[in-house]
Amino acid sequence: MTADYSATEMMICVTARIMQDDSTAFIGTGIPMLAASLAQRLYAPNLIPIFEFGGTGAQLEQLPRAVGEARTFHRAVAASGICDIMETAQRGFIDYGFLGGAQIDMYGNLNSTVIGSYYPPQVRLPGSGGGNDVGSLCWRTISVMRHDKRRFVPRCDFVTTPGYLTGCGAREAAGLPRNTGPIQVISTLGKMGFDVGNTYRMTLEAVFPNITIQDIIENTGFELLILGDVETLDPPTAEELRILREEIDPDRLYI
Amino acid sequence: MHVLEEGRGELIQVPDIEAFREWNRTRKSRRLEDKRMTEQEAIRAFVTDGCYIGTELYGTVRCPMSLSREVVRQSPKNLRVAGQGVLELDLWLAAGLVEALDITYIGLEVYGTSHVLRRAVESQQVKRTAEWSNAAISWRLKAAAMGIPFLPIRSMLGTDTFRYSAAKVVEDPFTHQKICLLPALILDVGLIHVHRADRFGNAQIEGISGFAFELARASKRLIISAEEIVETEQIRQYPDRTIIPYYLVDAVVHAPFGSHPGEMVYVYARDEEEIRAWVEASQTVDGASGYLNRFIHSVPDHMAYLNLIGEERLAKLRGEAERR
Repeated sequence: MTADYSATEMMICVTARIMQDDSTAFIGTGIPMLAASLAQRLYAPNLIPIFEFGGTGAQLEQLPRAVGEARTFHRAVAASGICDIMETAQRGFIDYGFLGGAQIDMYGNLNSTVIGSYYPPQVRLPGSGGGNDVGSLCWRTISVMRHDKRRFVPRCDFVTTPGYLTGCGAREAAGLPRNTGPIQVISTLGKMGFDVGNTYRMTLEAVFPNITIQDIIENTGFELLILGDVETLDPPTAEELRILREEIDPDRLYI
Repeated sequence: MHVLEEGRGELIQVPDIEAFREWNRTRKSRRLEDKRMTEQEAIRAFVTDGCYIGTELYGTVRCPMSLSREVVRQSPKNLRVAGQGVLELDLWLAAGLVEALDITYIGLEVYGTSHVLRRAVESQQVKRTAEWSNAAISWRLKAAAMGIPFLPIRSMLGTDTFRYSAAKVVEDPFTHQKICLLPALILDVGLIHVHRADRFGNAQIEGISGFAFELARASKRLIISAEEIVETEQIRQYPDRTIIPYYLVDAVVHAPFGSHPGEMVYVYARDEEEIRAWVEASQTVDGASGYLNRFIHSVPDHMAYLNLIGEERLAKLRGEAERR
């Protein structure tokens, strides 16, 4: 049994558990880096992390603090540049993209550009970075973010990164690559999916331990679809927590 | 080709491919000339009021930080900037040098949102912004490097990032599918920090190459700073490592620890303490200007800056560098 753990630690563990062995995964700054490092140690030893400025297939022994730093190509198979990485995604070679954002809506669109109107904005955020490219070009995207009503909004103030845009057929109509889009959202309360092939709206798949469906509904600014049984996920194991705290983020930058 | 959609963002730097060819023919010497300069000389010679400027890679990773600090010291006005940046563009924004931004990402990564960017854009001190993705900025440079006016791509589509860019969507005349066209981005001045260069400007980089290849070839004027100035013989021994041949380069500045407080792979690690000092200071206007005074305006040049940081700290960073 594990004693205490934080919602952030649970979110990292759930993200790590869904990472597939022998797959290519575009890793954004922050939580996805911790999850990829944990996944390589426990669940997906042959996960190929890909970082936008050129690192391919690093062994994530130490937590990168930036998407271009040495740790993103530590004992990697290749160290190239951003055009090579983005073109690799555009050719269909990157299976998963792991992203964060300030806002997400029911179609999985992400905002990391502005809160309020565009100019002058109420809050100016960093901008797309590689987010738009990851959400456009990877086969499947997974968003990882805190769960509250300010973040899970009916409509993003600004669509920085495409989810399913306005729903069924919208990505294809916009000219985005076929058969792509978000498949999962891991938050600090649960695991969401999407009603792919039908409404393309966000669905509730699972809740974290000690979190109720009602908790999730109250912290979501739009109606989440519940299409089947909602399972309760297992808490972090003692081993997951030990690796996370002692090996991956001993300085507690994130956890 | 039929234009289906147009971003409403301003095209902050209009590419003229014919003029670029002519520039490269008449203004870029093919002679092997000694281009070594001090950072003051190089920035004074090429960074002018209103120019369009870009830096490679970004703040905490192999970034031309010593050159970026010298830009702040000389304070050119109304810079137009390609905005993929962390600490370096924070410094320029805090110093009030930036008038227009082609922005993809300006933030503090692990440490979150840039307060300096927030103040500069929310107060409309930065008067014009256009949105792009990271790939889009790099591909715009790539188009210029290829000598073509635009490049078709498959990201940006369907989003507000596109709507507030200066890109266009057209029907591809071959497949009849929608495709996004990016205008080439030709920089007036580019700044790149490298591991080694010879006095003519032949430059080599270790580790990931970011977008150095593209930015070097998309710049009308290119200033290289290098950890080490080496003999040309060393370059000729490993020509496969040369990412920037000399004729692209206008100035070569010797800058050990030129990426500080960022890292330089295999040479020194990033200086977490100093990065945190900026994160703290930049929360407020007074804090940011205090930092600029202490680390930029109060020191005449990069060597004096390194003295201020202190040899003990620099030795520690050398010891923490990634090893092969």
